[in-house]
Amino acid sequence: MPAVPFEYQTPATLAEALELLQPGAGDVRPLAGGQSLVPMLTLRLARPTVVVDLHRLDELRAVRRDNGILEIGALVRHRALERGEGLLNTCPLLQEAAPLIGNVRVRTLGTIGGSLAHADPAAELPAVVQALDGTLVIRSPRGERTVPAQDFFVDILTTALQPGELLVAVRLPILGPRMGSAVEEFSRRAGDFAIVAAVAVVELDSGGRVARARVALAGVGRTPRRLAGAEDALVGVQPSAETFWKVLAGRPLEIAPESDAHASAAYRHHLARVLTVRALERAASAASGEASR
Amino acid sequence: MTELRIVFTLNGERREIQAPAHRTLLHVLRDDLGAVEVKEGCGEGVCGTCTVLLDGEPVSSCLVLAGRAAGRDIMTLRGLGDGDAPHPLQEAFVTHGAAQCGFCTPGMILTAYAFLQENPQASRSEIRRAIAGNLCRCTGYTKIVDAIAAAGREAPPRG
Repeated sequence: MPAVPFEYQTPATLAEALELLQPGAGDVRPLAGGQSLVPMLTLRLARPTVVVDLHRLDELRAVRRDNGILEIGALVRHRALERGEGLLNTCPLLQEAAPLIGNVRVRTLGTIGGSLAHADPAAELPAVVQALDGTLVIRSPRGERTVPAQDFFVDILTTALQPGELLVAVRLPILGPRMGSAVEEFSRRAGDFAIVAAVAVVELDSGGRVARARVALAGVGRTPRRLAGAEDALVGVQPSAETFWKVLAGRPLEIAPESDAHASAAYRHHLARVLTVRALERAASAASGEASR
Repeated sequence: MTELRIVFTLNGERREIQAPAHRTLLHVLRDDLGAVEVKEGCGEGVCGTCTVLLDGEPVSSCLVLAGRAAGRDIMTLRGLGDGDAPHPLQEAFVTHGAAQCGFCTPGMILTAYAFLQENPQASRSEIRRAIAGNLCRCTGYTKIVDAIAAAGREAPPRG
């Protein structure tokens, strides 16, 4: 079905784009890679009166590294993450997670900012950014503000972005020595959204025990979810599948998945445990490899 | 503006069209320019039948707004080769019987072409992953993988 007709703008600068995005002139939507918004347009789930196409804004394609922080422009494509182009190779977790997104065509056009702002609760990148304690950089004509990833995802397809605001970049701390990361996911078919995905970041102490663990899950509720309680309980354990399993099996997970056509709540609970243990195991192993280098 | 004048390159030729902004590249190609080798399947970016190469990279033409084609280089299956002068990958599909109903074939070949450009010596499992986003409802994947693997092996070294 063709989309409902709309006015189409292609601003040349961020300032111009922000002007166009100001509320008041009907339903105005920014367009990044279009891999979520265009299907919503053609299914008529979205009926904006104005589409502001951001593709001329090269300033949103910049990747910088400053003081151990990797800043990635909102229009950087999944393919660039997957290939670890340039400075992006300083974040192996993105390189591991990006190939799990959709299909190669989605990754050719889809962007990191588009995926984060769309906020599908089963998407990989929101959970990755949460597990890394990332920060979202938001611009409006009033200036810039930052929101921690923990507070950015509010509900299904709903973020802390206010009308007239645009996500322009994400800042991710680069992992240091004795730190490792991994992502594990289960989906029914290649390219599907995850039923459940688990992202783990593990830091080991000099004795090889867990100094700090971070776990974020996708597909287990209305937003990606950090497992703060489990993270605390993992501190001090000797990394192995058995010890990780013992910690996670001995406590209720801090998630509230719902049953739907794809999986029951009980099955999602089961997957959450299994995939978290696998992700922790690989993250710990990557962390110990880092230490021996 | 709701009506756009768009200039782009289609299979090496300069094309200029007038289209409403909400039109997709798929419909511009098929309905306005008669490029019916681009097939419409799901219309949601899942099936891969409408794959074209945008500046050499595979995209779902159903998920590209017409305005995004401006100034870009679009290649459809016909740009790769035709019945008179087929590309070796197209010949491999014929040799290996890699088409049944043929509806997925244009997207399958373009996806495989872009993949082989970077990975001519790919293993069968790498090829299977590369075409995971292109659905063949006849499920004739084995011969498709055979054809892609053969074309990759016979490709002249690059550079």
